[in-house]
Amino acid sequence: MYRYDEFDHTFMAERVAQFARQVARRMSGEMTEEQFRPLRLMNGLYLQLHAYMLRVNVPYGSLSSAQLRGLAEIARKYDRNYGHFTTRQNIQYNWIKLDEMPALLGDLAKIEMHGIQSSGNCIRNTTSDQYAGASADEIEDPRVYCEIIRQWSTLHPEFSYLPRKFKIAVTGAPKDRAAVALHDIGLRLYHNAEGKAGFEVLVGGGQGRTPVIAKTIRKWLEPEDMLSYLEAILRVYNLWGRRDNKYKARIKILVNATGIDEFRNQVDSEWDKIKDTKLQLDAQEIERIRAYFASPAYETLPDYSAELIAHGEQNTAFKEWLKSNTAAHKITGYLIVNLSLKSPKQPPGDITSEQMLATADLADHYNFGELRVNHRQNLTFTDVRQIDVYELWQKLAALDLATPNIGKVSDIIACPGLDYCALANARSIPIAERIQQRFEDIDRLHDVGELSLNISGCMNACGHHHVGNIGILGVEKKGQEYYQFTLGGSSTEDAALGDRTGPGFSTDEVVNAVDRILNTYIEQRDDIEETFLETYRRVGMAPFKEALYGAN
Amino acid sequence: MPHMVIANTLRDGRVVFLSHDGSWAAAIADGELAQNETAASRLLADSKSSANSNVVIDPQLIEVNETDHGRQPTAYREYIRAYGPSVRNPG
Amino acid sequence: MALIKDGVEAKDSFVNACHLDTLPASGDIIVSLDQWNDHRDALLARDAQLGVTLKSDQHPDSIADDLQHFALVALEFPAFTDGRAYSYARILRDQYSFAKELRAVGDVLLEQLLYMNRVGINAFDIVGDNDLEQWKVAAADYTVWYQPTNDGRTSIRDLRRG
Ligand code: HEM
Ligand code: SF4
Repeated sequence: MYRYDEFDHTFMAERVAQFARQVARRMSGEMTEEQFRPLRLMNGLYLQLHAYMLRVNVPYGSLSSAQLRGLAEIARKYDRNYGHFTTRQNIQYNWIKLDEMPALLGDLAKIEMHGIQSSGNCIRNTTSDQYAGASADEIEDPRVYCEIIRQWSTLHPEFSYLPRKFKIAVTGAPKDRAAVALHDIGLRLYHNAEGKAGFEVLVGGGQGRTPVIAKTIRKWLEPEDMLSYLEAILRVYNLWGRRDNKYKARIKILVNATGIDEFRNQVDSEWDKIKDTKLQLDAQEIERIRAYFASPAYETLPDYSAELIAHGEQNTAFKEWLKSNTAAHKITGYLIVNLSLKSPKQPPGDITSEQMLATADLADHYNFGELRVNHRQNLTFTDVRQIDVYELWQKLAALDLATPNIGKVSDIIACPGLDYCALANARSIPIAERIQQRFEDIDRLHDVGELSLNISGCMNACGHHHVGNIGILGVEKKGQEYYQFTLGGSSTEDAALGDRTGPGFSTDEVVNAVDRILNTYIEQRDDIEETFLETYRRVGMAPFKEALYGAN
Repeated sequence: MPHMVIANTLRDGRVVFLSHDGSWAAAIADGELAQNETAASRLLADSKSSANSNVVIDPQLIEVNETDHGRQPTAYREYIRAYGPSVRNPG
Repeated sequence: MALIKDGVEAKDSFVNACHLDTLPASGDIIVSLDQWNDHRDALLARDAQLGVTLKSDQHPDSIADDLQHFALVALEFPAFTDGRAYSYARILRDQYSFAKELRAVGDVLLEQLLYMNRVGINAFDIVGDNDLEQWKVAAADYTVWYQPTNDGRTSIRDLRRG
């Protein structure tokens, strides 16, 4: 993985010193809150309902075991012993003190991490496929380009006061695990007919109150042109994106208003002027960065999957876990293992310091000292020897990190909602917990099969509700929490926005409503192979509506 | 209905209530209750003094019910601010 | 009010005439884009230096053919959050090769000094003289940069190559 060199370290040290000065000026009253707020936000520090919240970037989801130990230590020293992994491959701490921030950022810098641009109207953490470098279906490793983008976007002098936030995601596999179509810019790596790698570029995706699936702006972009092309898009957006209304300020609104063809022309015309500048990447630079992402020292191992299956015959819990929580590796004898942060005992995405420390040890022992954070708020070990998998499972189970529910209904994405978030209309976590409790039964879970259920506590859609196969949106009606449902959303390569079912449900009715939706699916599906999404796409809304609201 | 002033402290972001002597109290029970509109606006004005601008952030009036179980903000959001998340800390 | 130009306090020879009904007969002035368009001949006939202000919704394309007449272009930041002029600065420097003074005016924060510097803005109108020391500190906040721009500073990528 990427390691800071002297220049990255110098930059970080300067950043920490700068923020320490800014905090001091605020605490002494030299600066007003109005002046200070954007500065703290640029360092990832929000004020939430109960305290400051710090968002720390995990660049494209890659963590070393040492970094995870550092994050655990921060949770212990500066917070309440836990952290929350988000859908954008960040970790959030909920109980931070302003006067401890300089020391905290210093500790973060030691593990080569920070919260820069994790908030604000700037280019945010670039996200990627959690299986990057390991998955059997990968064409090219997206992390190389994510790291190049990370450096280019960090304190970009021209693009730090954009009309609105800007999110970029990169994927290098046909199966989209990075939700690229829901980002301001999505980059899809693929091979052309000559076998050369390049990008399809998507623009104008996003969630929030106006969810939009991104459109293709370029079918083919040479990797060497990546930064100049990104800069051209960003410049057109910086110049022409709306600044009069923050709900209409995202690039998706500009692209829709301009029309994708005209927008493409504007970008091309800008691009022509900057293509041959220093933004041009050369093979040398790309290879220099690629070297950081060299494969770990894989051993030559036999395929051990038959033995794993045999283990499963002895142990149903292991069998279920193996089926749902692991994925195929590109190297024989290895497996990708997902750690579920969706135990019914903990809010989705939450992890304690103890779990972090133990996970770091397991990563050292079984996964070359690395791990990933993925956009469904779980963790991933990308390179586990099949021969170790059973043992690893036992250890994960002891840490409550082996709930066999990856990709299942209880693998819920949930934002912090009204329990923490200052913008929320309703709570998300207790709803998630109740649904998880209802579906604790493994047989039911696996009968329902592959399904994404996503919950947001308000229109901002941090919980990806628009693109959940089942989406739940918390709203407030006369001081009461209500929950509206959408069905049929998807964030993968067949990205789609869900359709509203109708009126919302009260807190007491939500879980039953989920139950009814799932029963309807089970009645309607052709066979057990047909997923919820496939069934919904085939039969449409009507039977679900009827199940939820009766025949009228 | 009575009102109180709620805010977050600048130093650590914690929720506080303005109390009768002008200091900021961590517990809702220790904050000052304004029983009428005049008292409420005076309380709010106090909370926005220049001295307070470097002590707390965004002081606001909230409506509070006095019940047998103590003071309860009528808006659920403020209830959660006063009493903490409705889910326990996993740490 | 003090002017910082190329990193040092400088004397400002210009009078801001954007809001004046009648233009001063002599002396260096800064006019608005409208004034330039309306009084072009009169302004060219004056025997003094001329500057023009671009508001944040006035793209430099509107003065592209006239740049040789200006000793400075002032870029207005109506609010520090309005970042359009960062792009204007780069377009002026990189695409139109404008080499004279680029001045930031309006809601310009200390924290933005370096960003502005890096896109080619070399002069700042600052409010309150006592801030000068802080401006000097802020100007030294960073010594390394990831992005290649045209401000003469070497990017980290080039430094890595030695
Ligand atoms: C608790 C503090 C948070 C605040 C104040 C916050 C605020 C916001 C706002 C205002 C938006 C709407 C942006 C727009 O459409 O222009 C948004 C979108 C989003 N947030 Fe959050 N958020 C928070 C936490 C989270 C968490 C915990 C996650 C992940 C679980 C998250 C991930 C996202 C994502 C994925 C989007 C939508 C995608 C898009 O940008 O279009 N946020 N957030
Ligand atoms: S969706 Fe709303 S409630 Fe949930 S984290 Fe985002 S802003 Fe907060």
